[in-house]
Formats: sequence, structure tokens, C-alpha cells
Amino acid sequence: MDELLNILKTNALETPENLAKMLNQTEEEIKAKIAEYEKNGVIRGYQAVINEDQLDTHYVTAVIEVKITPQREGGFDHIAKRISKFSEVQSVYLMSGAFDLLLFVTDKDLKNVASFVSEKLATINGVISTATHFMLKPYKNHGILMESHDEYERLKVSP
Amino acid sequence: MNTNDSKCPRKIIAKNLHDLPRSGIRDFFDVVSSMHDVISLGVGEPGFDTPWHIREASVFALEKGATGYTPNLGLLKLREACSAYVKKTFQIDYSPKEEIIITVGVSEALDLAIRALVDPGDEVLYHEPCYVSYAPVIRLAYGKPVPIPTQKEDHFRLTRDQLEEKVTSKSKILILNFPTNPTGATLPSKDLADIAAFICKHNLIVITDEIYAELSYEEPHVSIASFPGMKERTLFLHGFSKAWAMTGFRLGYACAPPEIIEAMMKIHQYTMLCAPILSQEAAYEALQKAETDIAAMRDAYRKHRNFMCASFQKMNLPYAEPQGAFYAFPNIKDLECSSQEFALKLLEKEKVAVVPGSAFGASGEGYIRCSFATSLDDLKEAMVRIARFLARR
Ligand SMILES: Cc1ncc(COP(=O)(O)O)c(C=O)c1O
Repeated sequence: MDELLNILKTNALETPENLAKMLNQTEEEIKAKIAEYEKNGVIRGYQAVINEDQLDTHYVTAVIEVKITPQREGGFDHIAKRISKFSEVQSVYLMSGAFDLLLFVTDKDLKNVASFVSEKLATINGVISTATHFMLKPYKNHGILMESHDEYERLKVSP
Repeated sequence: MNTNDSKCPRKIIAKNLHDLPRSGIRDFFDVVSSMHDVISLGVGEPGFDTPWHIREASVFALEKGATGYTPNLGLLKLREACSAYVKKTFQIDYSPKEEIIITVGVSEALDLAIRALVDPGDEVLYHEPCYVSYAPVIRLAYGKPVPIPTQKEDHFRLTRDQLEEKVTSKSKILILNFPTNPTGATLPSKDLADIAAFICKHNLIVITDEIYAELSYEEPHVSIASFPGMKERTLFLHGFSKAWAMTGFRLGYACAPPEIIEAMMKIHQYTMLCAPILSQEAAYEALQKAETDIAAMRDAYRKHRNFMCASFQKMNLPYAEPQGAFYAFPNIKDLECSSQEFALKLLEKEKVAVVPGSAFGASGEGYIRCSFATSLDDLKEAMVRIARFLARR
């Protein structure tokens, strides 16, 4: 992957000035490259990684395994895209193995998730079955640990 | 005469040690240690923690009961792994049974190498500025250190001409350290070939300290030991401290012809017995995934290097772009103070620790060593502070 994308993946807030220094390019080149990535859709957005456990929100997240029948035209795509449109659905992945789609669904409470599954998801033509697991506590998200621990103190000067 | 006469108490500390100066780094360390909130560019070790799979492997080994001695030469499986790694990475073939010894860091390997080879009065050539241990280790073995100053204008390269100037009939050893601590210098293959020819002509032995070999940013590192006819007269020292961020594990190894390993082994066996078993288990794990671990660190360091150099350029601080290791060695001669004064002032005014170049030999005076193996956040803040410090002078 392009080094620029590698850096932005770990810190999307890195300034063009610093990026330019790290990559030995001019700020203008960096800005143009980022604009290009945004335009052609390689960069699809920027988000903060939040530890919701530390907040007083009562959202629940469910991880749902879905079995579906592939359709004659479009295979799994058609249903997957349809499911992706729901705003409570955060992520959708096509999987190999015992089920086909893996969804991450977030909603206000358990009841809402339950009704999403029974009324919206399960009723889609082609969905054969669902298995819903509720997420209890995040430890690591997007490569970032959700709890920081004290750093082991290092020497300040050494040969 | 110094006798055991009770009226004339003898000096407690051996004379040879008396004459050995304290490391300049230790004085500076004492000052830094007394301060809080210092951002340090002064450490000769990676800012990363050791990759998790390596730490995990040593915990597992501990649980399994790896708590005893190992063979003097080190665990055979580790020597085999080192042999395979050196062959693959540097194209040099060493027999794990008789040409490799596992040591407590390159530090011990260097000490063993010098003690195994040096007779009193033998001269040891090395390029300077250099790692702080070289001269003291030579002197502790009653050898004569012969530093060869290198210059920023040449990117701290070592040339055959410089060597020819210093070589005498007493010269026995040449120590090479590329990429170099503290300058980040590397040596192009062509220069290495010239040096190899020089070594053969004068019948010298080379000790090559390859501890930064993996951290070469532009060209893959080439070892002098891989040149025709050189393996027989080379001691290849390597370790896990830098490229694997394992300084605290204290693990290294030496590869050399059997006769030399046997001699080093004699000292090692009676003074160290063996390297710690947990560190050996960790190092074995480190070699299982060497490429991925190292590529990740090298890529990160390269960006940090670029960032530091671009920042120095903006400050008009002259430097030679480091091609390897993780240090920049900018020149502060225009500021009309010694490197020690500069480092102390910078510490006092902006709480940034750098190492005075004079710690790395007389030819390091006028420079400061700045490590870019810190976190990017620290590096950014340090650059802001150094720029402010320079602007206020
Ligand atoms: C050039 C050089 N050689 C050797 C060493 C010592 O390394 P080790 O941790 O393997 O003893 C260092 C550490 O800073 C170094 O920079």
C-alpha cells in the first residue's frame, strides 16, 4: 500500500506539512494525492476510534451471522448491498465457512436490535437464518487498544 | 616499587582501569535523570516495544520451565536459526556447530573478539565517531586504539586512503560498524571492496559490528564478510537489540572461523558461562518472523528519518542524511559552543535530551546525536523545541 495511505490509516489527522516531511514530498503533492484518493473513492471517510465503554451511552452492538441463498444474478451481492443500506448496520462482510454474511449492528437497546432482526433482516427474501451475538466489551478496535496501560519507564540517555 | 607493605597501602583499583575515562554519556545521563518531562532523542535503542510474539514466546518458555543453563555456545536450535538467517540475509555460510557463538549482546561479543585476538601493544583501527565501547574494550585488553576520523562532508565514509595513512606494522584488527552509530553512515559496495583489498594486503583481521545491518534505508546492506576471501579473516558480530527492539534481552552472536570461535569460547565459558536461556528462546522466535517484523520497523524509521531531516533543513542545521541506523548527527559548529554545552543548554531551556557528539570520540566534537527511533509525537514536539531553541540563540 502507498506509504501515504499507511500513515493516514494510523492517523488520519496527520497534517500535510508533516506528511510532506515524512515522505520527502511537497505539501502540494500530498494534498493533491489525498484529494485524488478521496475523489476516486480509495479513501472513503475519516472517523475517530472511540471507546464507547467510557461514555454514558446505552447503545448495544450485535454481531449477526446470516445465511443467505445466492441469487441467480448477482450472487450474494444483491442481498448484501440491500442489508448494508440499513442505517443500524455498521459493517457487512461476506465470509467463508458456516455462514455467509457477518453484520455489525448498533442500536439504542436490545429490543430495537431484536426487532431489526426479526422484522427487517429475517424477512428479506433469500435470508435463510440468522444467529445474533451481543457484544459485551471491546478490547481492541481498528488496531487500537481500548485501554491504555502505564508505559514501562525507559532510560532517557543510553549509548 | 609497589609492594604489599602495610604502611604503603596499594591502590585498590587496577591501574589500567584508573586510566580509563568515564563514558561521557554517563555524566550526561546523570543530569537528565534529575529532570522531569524530558523528551529524549538520546537513547540508543528503539522506541518500540519488542514485537508481541517474541515477548509471548519468552513467557511461554518460562512457563515450560526454561530456567536452566544452555550449552556454552548457546542453544543449538538458535545457532542453526542464526546460521540460516545470516546465509539468507548476507549470503555468508557459517556452520552452527563450530562457527557461531551466542553472546550477551554484541557488547560481550565485541569484548570476547578483542580479548581473543589482541596481544599487548597490538593496534586496532576503527572509524570514528563510533560506538562508545570500542576504545575502552581495546584498552582493557592492553591494545592500542587507533581511531580514524571521518567527516560529514564525506557522509562519514571510511576510505582506503584514510586507512593506508594509519596502518602500521603493529596493526592487527580493523573494526567496521556500518550502518554507524552515531552517524547513520553506510558504505557503498565499491568502498567495501577497496577496504577488503586493504585488509588482505596488510594481513589484518576485521571485526564487523553489524548490529544495524537491517536498518539500511536506501540500499540493502552488504557485509564485508561476503567479499571473496574475507570470511576467513572476519568476525561477524550481530544481535537482536536494534532491528528487533530487544535491547533488554541482551542477546547477540558472533560468527567466525572455528579457531577464533574456539578462542572466544574459552573466555565466554569462564566469564559468562552462557547467555540467558529466556533471551535465547526469545531470539529463536524473533528469527521465525524476521522479515515482517523488521520491514515494519524499517518503514517506520525511514519516515521518522525523513521527518527529522526535513525539520533540520528548515532550521538550517547542517547534517548528512543518515542512510542507516536510527541516528542523525547534525553539526552545531557554527553555534560556537561545544557539543556538551549545546546539549546541556538544550536540555535546560527546552527539555530535549540529545547526546553530545564528543561522547563518540574526539572527532564527534561539534555534533549532536539525535535518535529518530522515538514515537512520532515525541519527535514532532522535539523538532518544535529545537527549532525554537535555535531561533532564540
Ligand atoms: C554500534 C553498536 N555496537 C554494539 C552495541 C551494543 O549492543 P548490544 O545491545 O547487542 O550489546 C550498540 C548499542 O548501542 C551499538 O550501537
